[in-house]
Amino acid sequence: MYYNNVLIDPERLQRLTDIAQSSLRPLLEGAITYTIPLTLFAFFFGLIIAIFTALARISTSKPLQIIARIYVSAIRGTPLLVQLFILFYGLPTIGIVIDPFPAAVLGFSLNVGAYASEILRAAILSIPKGQWEAAQTIGMGYAQSLRRIILPQAARVSIPPLSNSFIGLVKDTSLASMILVTEMFRRAQEIAASNYEFLLLYVEVAVIYWVICFILSVIQGRIEHRLDRFVKR
Amino acid sequence: MISIQGLHKSFGELEVLKGIDLELEKGEVVVIIGPSGSGKTTLLRCLNILETPSAGTISLNGQKADFSKKVSKKEIDAVRRQSGMVFQQYNLFPHKTAIENVMEGPVIVQKVPKETARKKAEQLLRKVGLGDKLDFYPFQLSGGQQQRVGIARALALEPEVMLFDEPTSALDPELVGEVLQVMKDLANEGMTMVVVTHEMRFAQDAADVVIFMDQGKVVERSGPSEIFTNPKEERTRQFLNLIS
Repeated sequence: MYYNNVLIDPERLQRLTDIAQSSLRPLLEGAITYTIPLTLFAFFFGLIIAIFTALARISTSKPLQIIARIYVSAIRGTPLLVQLFILFYGLPTIGIVIDPFPAAVLGFSLNVGAYASEILRAAILSIPKGQWEAAQTIGMGYAQSLRRIILPQAARVSIPPLSNSFIGLVKDTSLASMILVTEMFRRAQEIAASNYEFLLLYVEVAVIYWVICFILSVIQGRIEHRLDRFVKR
Repeated sequence: MISIQGLHKSFGELEVLKGIDLELEKGEVVVIIGPSGSGKTTLLRCLNILETPSAGTISLNGQKADFSKKVSKKEIDAVRRQSGMVFQQYNLFPHKTAIENVMEGPVIVQKVPKETARKKAEQLLRKVGLGDKLDFYPFQLSGGQQQRVGIARALALEPEVMLFDEPTSALDPELVGEVLQVMKDLANEGMTMVVVTHEMRFAQDAADVVIFMDQGKVVERSGPSEIFTNPKEERTRQFLNLIS
């Protein structure tokens, strides 16, 4: 059987080792040129979208509230893969053609924005009303209070759930392979298609994702520790 | 200095202030007492426009706002600038150190240069007895110390009037004294103060005027010695009997 072969046949073992080694470079290249930039861009733009969406949700303006609600509901209520397909394969039928990478950035940003907006909304609402009032009594306006007083405190509360989103995003970028972005997973598929070592390639790519996410969770711990300096432990 | 006329405030159906008139001179210390729900905290919050009155006028140090009409943001800011507010729950900014809390208003709102603001904040914190706690975060301070930072933060903006909303109610009993002492010092320096409190000792020692409020109205106004020894109104008498 197959697994016996692997263990006892030195030639086959050699072949697998060679493939694992030679494929590492293109895979990492895919990570560095597409997976990681896509993650960073999408998270950056997603956070900006999220802040404004969260503020719209807690604003007193009904139209803003409604727009934000519809956006969040539509994104959360539809599969990410379908959203990407609409952007990349759907829009060209009405004359809007977007390249794979920008389409992926757009799709992931909108997706992250919706989820992160709920995180930020909850975090902002968790800051006691007295903080807004204290800021107000020393003469701060809405924007100043938000930037100097509320958001720094909300950031602390939202780091763990936002890290969740971020790590989720790293893995979700593999879906970009479906809209022709030659990111890490697509490269693994291509290499496997040429040498038929599917198990090896897919496990290899899984390990790389895992390592990236592990590093990210270490960074998360550091940030949490830093932001916790002003609370009792 | 302070002139309030016909001040009304409703929360929905509930009318909390039912026409308050109040005149205060510069340097006077007024203590507002009364049962809970009498509207005393709401009145204080209206002076800082944390609550927008439904009707009536407020004039602080010549800055006037008439709430029977639409009041502009500029007018509100002008009135608000006249007073500093001290909260029951301190409401210090937890992510900023004591001195950063005090500097925040001058630096961010008044655009005072950082170094100037730092010197002044240091001076204020020394004045409230916290010269050795400048770089402490609020969670590292006791309630009494936090409240004194709160007072310094309000003073940093050089208000004409200081408003105190039950400043000692959240404190452990042994910490009340240090906060009251700072307030008495302020009163002796001639600060105009409006204090909502249950500390009758403070009222007796430091107040020029004591106001008894009940059900959204000023029931009685007189000097501390008269109101405590010989209240004119039956309701005042009942209240004072209950708390003594």
